[in-house]
Amino acid sequence: MDLPEELRYTKEHEWARIDAVKKIATIGITDYAQDKLGDVVFVELPEEGTEITIAEPFGSVESVKAVSDLFAPISGTVLEINDALAESPEAVNEDPYGEAWMIRISIMDMSQVDDLMSAEQYKKFLSEQEEV
Amino acid sequence: MSALLRTSLYDRHKQLGAKLVPFAGYEMPVEYTGILAEHRAVRSTMGLFDVSHMGEIEVRGPRALEFCQKVTTNDASLLKPGKVQYTAILNEEGGMLDDCTLYRLGDRHFLFVVNASNRAKIAEWFQTHSMDGAEVSDRSDDYALLALQGPTSESLLSTLVKRDLSTVHFYEFSWVELCDTAALISRTGYTGEDGFEIYLAPSKAGEVWDLLMKGGKSAGLVPVGLGARDTLRLEMGYLLYGNDMNESKTPLEAGIGWAVKVGKGAFFGREKLLRQKEEGLPRRLRGLRVTGRGIPRSHYKVKRDGTEVGEVTSGTFSPTLEEGIAMAYLDSSLTEGDAVKIDGHGREISATVAKPPFVAGSLKR
Repeated sequence: MDLPEELRYTKEHEWARIDAVKKIATIGITDYAQDKLGDVVFVELPEEGTEITIAEPFGSVESVKAVSDLFAPISGTVLEINDALAESPEAVNEDPYGEAWMIRISIMDMSQVDDLMSAEQYKKFLSEQEEV
Repeated sequence: MSALLRTSLYDRHKQLGAKLVPFAGYEMPVEYTGILAEHRAVRSTMGLFDVSHMGEIEVRGPRALEFCQKVTTNDASLLKPGKVQYTAILNEEGGMLDDCTLYRLGDRHFLFVVNASNRAKIAEWFQTHSMDGAEVSDRSDDYALLALQGPTSESLLSTLVKRDLSTVHFYEFSWVELCDTAALISRTGYTGEDGFEIYLAPSKAGEVWDLLMKGGKSAGLVPVGLGARDTLRLEMGYLLYGNDMNESKTPLEAGIGWAVKVGKGAFFGREKLLRQKEEGLPRRLRGLRVTGRGIPRSHYKVKRDGTEVGEVTSGTFSPTLEEGIAMAYLDSSLTEGDAVKIDGHGREISATVAKPPFVAGSLKR
Protein backbone atom coordinates (compact mmCIF):
# COMPACT_ATOMS: atom_id res chain seq x y z
CA MET A 1 0.00 0.00 0.00
CA ASP A 2 1.29 3.40 -1.01
CA LEU A 3 1.41 5.81 1.98
CA PRO A 4 3.13 9.16 1.34
CA GLU A 5 4.83 10.37 4.51
CA GLU A 6 3.92 14.03 4.15
CA LEU A 7 0.15 13.46 4.11
CA ARG A 8 -2.36 13.17 6.95
CA TYR A 9 -5.01 10.45 7.04
CA THR A 10 -8.46 9.59 8.39
CA LYS A 11 -10.15 6.37 9.49
CA GLU A 12 -12.46 6.75 6.50
CA HIS A 13 -9.43 6.43 4.22
CA GLU A 14 -9.19 10.03 3.07
CA TRP A 15 -5.86 11.84 2.86
CA ALA A 16 -5.16 15.54 3.29
CA ARG A 17 -2.16 17.51 2.05
CA ILE A 18 -1.86 20.48 4.41
CA ASP A 19 -0.35 23.83 3.43
CA ALA A 20 -0.10 25.44 6.87
CA VAL A 21 1.14 28.73 5.49
CA LYS A 22 -1.70 29.26 3.00
CA LYS A 23 -4.18 27.38 5.23
CA ILE A 24 -5.28 25.25 2.32
CA ALA A 25 -5.90 21.49 2.37
CA THR A 26 -5.99 19.21 -0.69
CA ILE A 27 -8.13 16.10 -0.14
CA GLY A 28 -8.51 12.71 -1.80
CA ILE A 29 -8.87 9.00 -1.00
CA THR A 30 -6.05 6.61 -0.19
CA ASP A 31 -4.55 3.75 -2.15
CA TYR A 32 -6.19 1.33 0.31
CA ALA A 33 -9.61 2.90 -0.40
CA GLN A 34 -9.28 2.73 -4.18
CA ASP A 35 -8.08 -0.86 -3.97
CA LYS A 36 -11.09 -1.86 -1.86
CA LEU A 37 -13.52 -0.03 -4.16
CA GLY A 38 -12.32 -1.50 -7.42
CA ASP A 39 -12.80 0.31 -10.72
CA VAL A 40 -14.14 3.81 -10.00
CA VAL A 41 -16.74 5.01 -12.50
CA PHE A 42 -18.25 8.20 -11.00
CA VAL A 43 -17.02 10.83 -8.56
CA GLU A 44 -19.55 13.27 -7.04
CA LEU A 45 -17.97 16.43 -5.67
CA PRO A 46 -19.48 19.52 -4.02
CA GLU A 47 -19.56 22.86 -5.80
CA GLU A 48 -16.98 25.55 -5.22
CA GLY A 49 -18.01 27.70 -2.30
CA THR A 50 -19.67 24.85 -0.41
CA GLU A 51 -18.83 24.59 3.29
CA ILE A 52 -17.88 21.10 4.36
CA THR A 53 -17.96 19.93 7.97
CA ILE A 54 -15.50 17.59 9.65
CA ALA A 55 -16.63 13.92 9.68
CA GLU A 56 -19.67 14.65 7.50
CA PRO A 57 -20.15 13.42 3.92
CA PHE A 58 -19.17 15.94 1.23
CA GLY A 59 -19.52 13.77 -1.87
CA SER A 60 -19.28 10.19 -3.06
CA VAL A 61 -17.19 7.78 -5.06
CA GLU A 62 -18.96 5.13 -7.09
CA SER A 63 -17.27 1.99 -8.30
CA VAL A 64 -18.77 -0.82 -10.36
CA LYS A 65 -19.49 -2.70 -7.14
CA ALA A 66 -20.54 -0.03 -4.65
CA VAL A 67 -21.00 3.62 -3.76
CA SER A 68 -19.02 5.14 -0.89
CA ASP A 69 -19.43 8.49 0.80
CA LEU A 70 -16.49 10.86 1.08
CA PHE A 71 -16.10 12.24 4.62
CA ALA A 72 -14.53 15.62 5.36
CA PRO A 73 -11.23 15.16 7.24
CA ILE A 74 -11.51 18.75 8.52
CA SER A 75 -13.95 21.61 8.09
CA GLY A 76 -13.54 24.28 5.43
CA THR A 77 -14.86 25.92 2.27
CA VAL A 78 -14.35 24.37 -1.14
CA LEU A 79 -12.00 26.51 -3.25
CA GLU A 80 -11.47 24.21 -6.20
CA ILE A 81 -12.64 20.81 -7.44
CA ASN A 82 -10.80 18.47 -9.77
CA ASP A 83 -12.90 18.61 -12.96
CA ALA A 84 -10.70 16.00 -14.65
CA LEU A 85 -12.31 13.29 -12.51
CA ALA A 86 -15.61 13.73 -14.34
CA GLU A 87 -13.93 12.62 -17.58
CA SER A 88 -11.40 10.23 -16.07
CA PRO A 89 -12.72 8.65 -12.88
CA GLU A 90 -10.19 5.82 -13.35
CA ALA A 91 -7.50 8.27 -12.20
CA VAL A 92 -8.70 7.50 -8.66
CA ASN A 93 -7.46 3.94 -9.11
CA GLU A 94 -4.31 4.88 -11.03
CA ASP A 95 -2.97 7.87 -9.06
CA PRO A 96 -4.99 8.41 -5.86
CA TYR A 97 -2.51 10.84 -4.28
CA GLY A 98 -1.61 12.90 -7.35
CA GLU A 99 -3.84 13.19 -10.42
CA ALA A 100 -6.91 12.12 -8.46
CA TRP A 101 -6.89 14.89 -5.82
CA MET A 102 -10.57 15.67 -5.34
CA ILE A 103 -11.07 19.06 -3.65
CA ARG A 104 -9.04 21.95 -2.27
CA ILE A 105 -10.48 23.71 0.75
CA SER A 106 -9.60 26.70 2.90
CA ILE A 107 -8.97 25.37 6.42
CA MET A 108 -11.45 26.71 8.96
CA ASP A 109 -9.73 25.47 12.13
CA MET A 110 -6.02 24.50 12.06
CA SER A 111 -6.35 22.62 15.35
CA GLN A 112 -8.45 19.96 13.56
CA VAL A 113 -5.33 19.11 11.56
CA ASP A 114 -3.65 17.87 14.75
CA ASP A 115 -6.32 15.18 15.16
CA LEU A 116 -5.57 13.65 11.76
CA MET A 117 -3.40 10.52 11.63
CA SER A 118 0.19 10.55 10.45
CA ALA A 119 1.33 8.06 7.81
CA GLU A 120 2.74 5.88 10.60
CA GLN A 121 -0.53 5.91 12.54
CA TYR A 122 -2.61 5.21 9.43
CA LYS A 123 -0.33 2.31 8.52
CA LYS A 124 -0.89 0.83 11.99
CA PHE A 125 -4.64 1.43 11.65
CA LEU A 126 -4.64 -0.45 8.32
CA SER A 127 -2.85 -3.46 9.75
CA GLU A 128 -5.45 -3.63 12.52
CA GLN A 129 -8.26 -3.50 9.91
CA GLU A 130 -6.98 -6.55 8.08
CA GLU A 131 -6.82 -8.60 11.26
CA VAL A 132 -10.55 -8.31 11.92
CA MET B 1 -17.54 -20.75 11.23
CA SER B 2 -16.49 -23.45 8.76
CA ALA B 3 -13.66 -22.77 6.35
CA LEU B 4 -14.41 -21.69 2.80
CA LEU B 5 -14.09 -24.29 0.08
CA ARG B 6 -11.63 -23.85 -2.75
CA THR B 7 -11.76 -25.01 -6.34
CA SER B 8 -8.85 -26.94 -7.84
CA LEU B 9 -7.65 -23.66 -9.40
CA TYR B 10 -7.24 -21.71 -6.16
CA ASP B 11 -3.44 -21.63 -6.27
CA ARG B 12 -3.48 -20.24 -9.78
CA HIS B 13 -5.90 -17.47 -8.77
CA LYS B 14 -3.57 -16.52 -5.94
CA GLN B 15 -0.56 -16.56 -8.24
CA LEU B 16 -2.39 -14.31 -10.69
CA GLY B 17 -3.02 -11.83 -7.89
CA ALA B 18 -6.78 -12.31 -7.79
CA LYS B 19 -8.90 -10.56 -5.16
CA LEU B 20 -10.63 -13.51 -3.50
CA VAL B 21 -14.03 -13.23 -1.82
CA PRO B 22 -16.45 -15.66 -0.19
CA PHE B 23 -19.15 -16.76 -2.64
CA ALA B 24 -21.62 -19.59 -2.05
CA GLY B 25 -19.27 -21.13 0.49
CA TYR B 26 -16.24 -20.91 -1.80
CA GLU B 27 -13.26 -18.56 -1.90
CA MET B 28 -13.59 -17.23 -5.43
CA PRO B 29 -11.79 -14.66 -7.58
CA VAL B 30 -13.89 -11.51 -7.94
CA GLU B 31 -11.29 -9.71 -10.06
CA TYR B 32 -7.69 -10.02 -11.26
CA THR B 33 -6.70 -6.81 -13.09
CA GLY B 34 -10.02 -5.02 -12.63
CA ILE B 35 -13.67 -5.52 -13.54
CA LEU B 36 -13.73 -3.04 -16.43
CA ALA B 37 -10.62 -4.44 -18.16
CA GLU B 38 -11.79 -8.03 -17.73
CA HIS B 39 -15.29 -7.25 -19.00
CA ARG B 40 -13.93 -5.47 -22.05
CA ALA B 41 -11.56 -8.33 -22.82
CA VAL B 42 -14.49 -10.78 -22.97
CA ARG B 43 -16.45 -8.49 -25.29
CA SER B 44 -13.50 -7.82 -27.61
CA THR B 45 -11.36 -10.99 -27.53
CA MET B 46 -11.86 -13.59 -24.79
CA GLY B 47 -11.70 -14.35 -21.10
CA LEU B 48 -11.37 -17.50 -18.98
CA PHE B 49 -13.53 -18.08 -15.91
CA ASP B 50 -13.26 -20.67 -13.14
CA VAL B 51 -16.85 -21.53 -12.26
CA SER B 52 -16.12 -24.89 -10.66
CA HIS B 53 -18.19 -23.92 -7.64
CA MET B 54 -21.38 -24.58 -9.60
CA GLY B 55 -23.38 -27.71 -8.93
CA GLU B 56 -23.76 -30.73 -11.22
CA ILE B 57 -26.56 -33.18 -10.45
CA GLU B 58 -27.07 -36.25 -12.62
CA VAL B 59 -30.27 -38.20 -13.15
CA ARG B 60 -30.09 -41.70 -14.66
CA GLY B 61 -32.50 -44.48 -15.37
CA PRO B 62 -35.47 -45.62 -17.48
CA ARG B 63 -37.65 -42.92 -15.91
CA ALA B 64 -35.05 -40.15 -16.00
CA LEU B 65 -36.94 -38.14 -18.62
CA GLU B 66 -40.17 -38.46 -16.66
CA PHE B 67 -38.39 -37.16 -13.56
CA CYS B 68 -36.87 -34.20 -15.42
CA GLN B 69 -40.29 -33.29 -16.83
CA LYS B 70 -41.80 -33.34 -13.37
CA VAL B 71 -39.24 -31.05 -11.76
CA THR B 72 -38.70 -28.47 -14.52
CA THR B 73 -40.74 -25.97 -16.53
CA ASN B 74 -39.24 -26.46 -20.00
CA ASP B 75 -39.96 -29.49 -22.19
CA ALA B 76 -37.06 -31.91 -21.69
CA SER B 77 -38.48 -34.26 -24.33
CA LEU B 78 -37.30 -31.71 -26.92
CA LEU B 79 -33.73 -32.60 -25.98
CA LYS B 80 -31.84 -35.19 -27.97
CA PRO B 81 -28.53 -36.45 -26.58
CA GLY B 82 -26.00 -33.70 -27.27
CA LYS B 83 -28.43 -30.86 -26.59
CA VAL B 84 -28.82 -28.40 -23.71
CA GLN B 85 -31.77 -26.28 -22.59
CA TYR B 86 -32.32 -23.48 -20.12
CA THR B 87 -35.05 -24.33 -17.63
CA ALA B 88 -36.45 -23.52 -14.19
CA ILE B 89 -37.00 -25.71 -11.13
CA LEU B 90 -40.11 -24.71 -9.16
CA ASN B 91 -41.64 -25.64 -5.85
CA GLU B 92 -45.25 -26.76 -5.63
CA GLU B 93 -46.45 -23.17 -5.29
CA GLY B 94 -44.76 -22.14 -8.53
CA GLY B 95 -41.93 -20.28 -6.80
CA MET B 96 -38.47 -20.57 -8.31
CA LEU B 97 -36.01 -22.87 -6.57
CA ASP B 98 -33.38 -22.25 -9.25
CA ASP B 99 -32.79 -21.58 -12.91
CA CYS B 100 -30.36 -23.96 -14.57
CA THR B 101 -29.21 -25.66 -17.74
CA LEU B 102 -30.20 -29.24 -18.48
CA TYR B 103 -27.96 -31.46 -20.60
CA ARG B 104 -29.16 -34.69 -22.18
CA LEU B 105 -26.11 -36.93 -21.91
CA GLY B 106 -27.98 -39.99 -23.20
CA ASP B 107 -31.49 -41.37 -23.68
CA ARG B 108 -31.71 -42.12 -19.97
CA HIS B 109 -29.05 -39.79 -18.64
CA PHE B 110 -29.42 -36.10 -17.80
CA LEU B 111 -27.19 -33.50 -16.16
CA PHE B 112 -28.51 -30.47 -14.29
CA VAL B 113 -26.04 -27.59 -13.88
CA VAL B 114 -27.30 -25.49 -11.00
CA ASN B 115 -26.24 -22.34 -9.17
CA ALA B 116 -23.57 -22.92 -6.54
CA SER B 117 -25.76 -21.33 -3.88
CA ASN B 118 -28.62 -23.75 -4.62
CA ARG B 119 -26.72 -26.99 -5.04
CA ALA B 120 -27.61 -28.54 -1.68
CA LYS B 121 -31.20 -27.30 -1.87
CA ILE B 122 -31.79 -28.76 -5.32
CA ALA B 123 -30.08 -32.06 -4.48
CA GLU B 124 -32.37 -32.38 -1.46
CA TRP B 125 -35.48 -31.37 -3.46
CA PHE B 126 -34.66 -34.01 -6.06
CA GLN B 127 -34.12 -36.68 -3.38
CA THR B 128 -37.41 -35.79 -1.70
CA HIS B 129 -39.29 -36.18 -4.99
CA SER B 130 -37.26 -39.03 -6.40
CA MET B 131 -38.86 -41.98 -8.17
CA ASP B 132 -37.80 -45.55 -8.83
CA GLY B 133 -36.16 -45.69 -12.23
CA ALA B 134 -34.61 -42.24 -11.88
CA GLU B 135 -31.48 -42.27 -9.80
CA VAL B 136 -30.31 -38.84 -8.62
CA SER B 137 -26.69 -38.19 -7.72
CA ASP B 138 -24.91 -34.98 -6.77
CA ARG B 139 -21.72 -35.15 -8.84
CA SER B 140 -20.56 -31.58 -8.17
CA ASP B 141 -17.29 -32.66 -6.57
CA ASP B 142 -16.45 -34.71 -9.66
CA TYR B 143 -16.64 -31.77 -12.01
CA ALA B 144 -14.48 -28.72 -12.45
CA LEU B 145 -15.95 -26.10 -14.81
CA LEU B 146 -14.14 -23.52 -16.91
CA ALA B 147 -15.84 -21.00 -19.17
CA LEU B 148 -13.99 -19.63 -22.19
CA GLN B 149 -16.02 -16.69 -23.51
CA GLY B 150 -15.46 -14.08 -26.21
CA PRO B 151 -15.59 -13.66 -30.00
CA THR B 152 -12.19 -15.35 -30.51
CA SER B 153 -12.84 -18.33 -28.21
CA GLU B 154 -13.63 -20.80 -31.01
CA SER B 155 -10.42 -19.94 -32.82
CA LEU B 156 -8.38 -20.65 -29.67
CA LEU B 157 -10.17 -23.83 -28.65
CA SER B 158 -9.99 -25.31 -32.15
CA THR B 159 -6.19 -25.21 -31.98
CA LEU B 160 -6.38 -27.41 -28.88
CA VAL B 161 -8.98 -30.05 -29.80
CA LYS B 162 -9.44 -32.40 -32.73
CA ARG B 163 -13.18 -31.92 -33.11
CA ASP B 164 -14.47 -29.43 -35.67
CA LEU B 165 -16.04 -26.89 -33.32
CA SER B 166 -18.16 -25.36 -36.06
CA THR B 167 -20.33 -28.47 -35.72
CA VAL B 168 -21.03 -27.73 -32.02
CA HIS B 169 -23.80 -25.17 -32.24
CA PHE B 170 -25.36 -22.90 -29.66
CA TYR B 171 -26.78 -24.98 -26.79
CA GLU B 172 -25.18 -28.18 -28.06
CA PHE B 173 -22.35 -30.10 -26.46
CA SER B 174 -19.70 -32.60 -27.41
CA TRP B 175 -16.91 -34.66 -25.87
CA VAL B 176 -13.33 -33.71 -26.67
CA GLU B 177 -9.87 -34.59 -25.43
CA LEU B 178 -7.81 -31.96 -23.62
CA CYS B 179 -4.52 -32.79 -21.87
CA ASP B 180 -5.19 -36.51 -22.38
CA THR B 181 -8.46 -36.27 -20.56
CA ALA B 182 -12.09 -36.39 -21.67
CA ALA B 183 -13.87 -33.07 -21.34
CA LEU B 184 -17.45 -32.14 -22.15
CA ILE B 185 -17.66 -28.82 -23.95
CA SER B 186 -20.92 -27.00 -24.56
CA ARG B 187 -21.54 -23.89 -26.58
CA THR B 188 -23.16 -22.13 -23.66
CA GLY B 189 -22.31 -19.32 -21.31
CA TYR B 190 -23.46 -16.44 -19.18
CA THR B 191 -21.87 -13.53 -21.06
CA GLY B 192 -23.74 -13.09 -24.36
CA GLU B 193 -20.55 -13.79 -26.28
CA ASP B 194 -19.72 -16.86 -28.34
CA GLY B 195 -17.96 -19.28 -26.05
CA PHE B 196 -17.70 -22.66 -24.41
CA GLU B 197 -18.20 -24.17 -20.99
CA ILE B 198 -15.71 -26.96 -20.30
CA TYR B 199 -16.58 -29.73 -17.81
CA LEU B 200 -13.74 -31.94 -16.66
CA ALA B 201 -12.18 -33.80 -13.75
CA PRO B 202 -10.94 -31.43 -11.04
CA SER B 203 -7.55 -33.18 -11.04
CA LYS B 204 -7.01 -32.04 -14.64
CA ALA B 205 -8.48 -28.56 -14.40
CA GLY B 206 -5.16 -26.87 -13.61
CA GLU B 207 -3.44 -28.40 -16.60
CA VAL B 208 -6.25 -27.41 -18.95
CA TRP B 209 -6.37 -23.88 -17.47
CA ASP B 210 -2.61 -23.54 -18.12
CA LEU B 211 -2.99 -24.89 -21.66
CA LEU B 212 -5.73 -22.36 -22.47
CA MET B 213 -3.90 -19.44 -20.84
CA LYS B 214 -0.68 -20.26 -22.67
CA GLY B 215 -2.41 -20.77 -26.01
CA GLY B 216 -4.52 -17.65 -25.67
CA LYS B 217 -1.93 -15.27 -24.29
CA SER B 218 -0.85 -13.74 -27.58
CA ALA B 219 -4.50 -13.37 -28.58
CA GLY B 220 -5.28 -11.40 -25.45
CA LEU B 221 -6.85 -14.09 -23.24
CA VAL B 222 -7.15 -12.94 -19.63
CA PRO B 223 -8.53 -14.59 -16.50
CA VAL B 224 -11.92 -13.10 -15.53
CA GLY B 225 -13.54 -13.01 -12.10
CA LEU B 226 -17.07 -12.99 -10.72
CA GLY B 227 -17.22 -9.18 -10.76
CA ALA B 228 -17.03 -9.00 -14.54
CA ARG B 229 -19.21 -12.12 -14.78
CA ASP B 230 -21.94 -10.04 -13.18
CA THR B 231 -21.52 -6.96 -15.40
CA LEU B 232 -21.45 -9.19 -18.50
CA ARG B 233 -24.62 -11.11 -17.63
CA LEU B 234 -26.50 -7.99 -16.58
CA GLU B 235 -25.72 -6.26 -19.89
CA MET B 236 -27.52 -9.23 -21.50
CA GLY B 237 -30.45 -9.19 -19.10
CA TYR B 238 -29.59 -12.70 -17.82
CA LEU B 239 -30.99 -13.50 -14.40
CA LEU B 240 -29.11 -14.02 -11.17
CA TYR B 241 -30.87 -16.22 -8.62
CA GLY B 242 -31.12 -14.55 -5.27
CA ASN B 243 -31.23 -11.08 -6.84
CA ASP B 244 -33.65 -11.25 -9.77
CA MET B 245 -35.72 -14.15 -8.55
CA ASN B 246 -36.20 -16.32 -5.49
CA GLU B 247 -38.83 -18.66 -4.10
CA SER B 248 -41.40 -15.86 -3.96
CA LYS B 249 -41.22 -15.27 -7.72
CA THR B 250 -42.53 -17.37 -10.61
CA PRO B 251 -40.75 -17.66 -13.96
CA LEU B 252 -43.55 -15.65 -15.58
CA GLU B 253 -42.95 -12.74 -13.20
CA ALA B 254 -39.21 -13.07 -13.85
CA GLY B 255 -39.69 -12.79 -17.61
CA ILE B 256 -38.58 -16.28 -18.59
CA GLY B 257 -41.97 -17.53 -19.75
CA TRP B 258 -40.28 -18.70 -22.94
CA ALA B 259 -38.69 -21.49 -20.84
CA VAL B 260 -42.12 -22.59 -19.56
CA LYS B 261 -44.07 -25.18 -21.55
CA VAL B 262 -47.37 -25.77 -19.74
CA GLY B 263 -48.49 -28.00 -22.61
CA LYS B 264 -45.91 -30.68 -21.83
CA GLY B 265 -47.91 -32.15 -18.95
CA ALA B 266 -47.86 -31.94 -15.17
CA PHE B 267 -44.91 -30.38 -13.35
CA PHE B 268 -44.38 -28.75 -9.96
CA GLY B 269 -45.84 -25.26 -9.99
CA ARG B 270 -47.87 -25.67 -13.17
CA GLU B 271 -51.21 -24.77 -11.56
CA LYS B 272 -49.90 -21.44 -10.29
CA LEU B 273 -48.52 -20.57 -13.72
CA LEU B 274 -51.84 -21.37 -15.40
CA ARG B 275 -53.60 -19.09 -12.92
CA GLN B 276 -51.10 -16.31 -13.58
CA LYS B 277 -51.54 -16.65 -17.34
CA GLU B 278 -55.24 -16.22 -16.85
CA GLU B 279 -55.24 -13.45 -14.24
CA GLY B 280 -52.24 -11.49 -15.44
CA LEU B 281 -49.25 -10.31 -13.43
CA PRO B 282 -49.27 -7.18 -11.27
CA ARG B 283 -45.48 -6.81 -11.57
CA ARG B 284 -42.88 -8.16 -13.97
CA LEU B 285 -39.10 -8.04 -14.20
CA ARG B 286 -37.98 -5.34 -16.63
CA GLY B 287 -34.82 -3.53 -17.61
CA LEU B 288 -33.88 0.01 -16.63
CA ARG B 289 -31.36 2.21 -18.37
CA VAL B 290 -29.98 5.19 -16.48
CA THR B 291 -30.16 8.47 -18.37
CA GLY B 292 -27.83 10.47 -16.14
CA ARG B 293 -25.27 9.63 -13.50
CA GLY B 294 -25.48 7.11 -10.72
CA ILE B 295 -25.74 3.35 -10.51
CA PRO B 296 -28.93 1.63 -9.37
CA ARG B 297 -28.35 -1.05 -6.72
CA SER B 298 -30.45 -3.95 -5.39
CA HIS B 299 -33.46 -2.87 -3.33
CA TYR B 300 -33.48 0.74 -4.54
CA LYS B 301 -37.12 1.80 -5.03
CA VAL B 302 -38.41 2.86 -8.43
CA LYS B 303 -40.88 5.77 -8.64
CA ARG B 304 -43.00 7.39 -11.32
CA ASP B 305 -44.68 10.73 -10.63
CA GLY B 306 -43.86 10.33 -6.96
CA THR B 307 -45.55 6.92 -6.64
CA GLU B 308 -43.60 3.76 -5.98
CA VAL B 309 -43.90 1.47 -9.01
CA GLY B 310 -41.22 -1.09 -8.32
CA GLU B 311 -37.90 -2.19 -6.85
CA VAL B 312 -34.45 -2.82 -8.32
CA THR B 313 -33.20 -6.43 -8.11
CA SER B 314 -29.80 -6.07 -9.81
CA GLY B 315 -27.91 -2.96 -10.84
CA THR B 316 -24.45 -2.10 -12.06
CA PHE B 317 -22.32 0.11 -14.26
CA SER B 318 -22.36 -1.16 -17.84
CA PRO B 319 -18.76 -1.03 -19.05
CA THR B 320 -19.95 -1.15 -22.66
CA LEU B 321 -22.53 1.64 -22.38
CA GLU B 322 -20.64 3.53 -19.66
CA GLU B 323 -23.80 4.17 -17.71
CA GLY B 324 -25.94 2.47 -15.11
CA ILE B 325 -28.26 -0.43 -15.99
CA ALA B 326 -30.59 -2.48 -13.83
CA MET B 327 -33.31 -5.08 -13.62
CA ALA B 328 -36.37 -4.31 -11.52
CA TYR B 329 -39.83 -5.66 -10.77
CA LEU B 330 -42.14 -2.95 -12.11
CA ASP B 331 -45.90 -2.50 -12.28
CA SER B 332 -47.12 -4.13 -15.47
CA SER B 333 -48.73 -0.87 -16.56
CA LEU B 334 -45.31 0.60 -17.33
CA THR B 335 -44.09 0.36 -20.91
CA GLU B 336 -40.73 0.57 -22.66
CA GLY B 337 -39.46 4.11 -22.76
CA ASP B 338 -41.35 5.29 -19.66
CA ALA B 339 -39.28 7.65 -17.52
CA VAL B 340 -38.80 6.73 -13.86
CA LYS B 341 -36.75 7.82 -10.87
CA ILE B 342 -34.70 5.36 -8.85
CA ASP B 343 -34.29 6.28 -5.18
CA GLY B 344 -31.20 5.25 -3.38
CA HIS B 345 -28.35 6.41 -1.22
CA GLY B 346 -30.05 9.75 -0.74
CA ARG B 347 -30.14 10.55 -4.45
CA GLU B 348 -32.57 10.24 -7.34
CA ILE B 349 -31.33 8.51 -10.46
CA SER B 350 -33.20 9.15 -13.72
CA ALA B 351 -33.83 6.11 -15.89
CA THR B 352 -36.10 4.75 -18.58
CA VAL B 353 -37.78 1.35 -18.82
CA ALA B 354 -35.84 -0.75 -21.33
CA LYS B 355 -36.06 -4.23 -22.80
CA PRO B 356 -32.87 -6.24 -22.35
CA PRO B 357 -30.42 -7.11 -23.77
CA PHE B 358 -28.77 -3.76 -23.22
CA VAL B 359 -25.93 -4.64 -25.61
CA ALA B 360 -25.47 -7.10 -28.48
CA GLY B 361 -22.97 -9.90 -27.92
CA SER B 362 -21.26 -12.20 -30.40
CA LEU B 363 -23.04 -15.41 -29.50
CA LYS B 364 -23.97 -17.43 -32.56
CA ARG B 365 -27.49 -18.76 -32.41
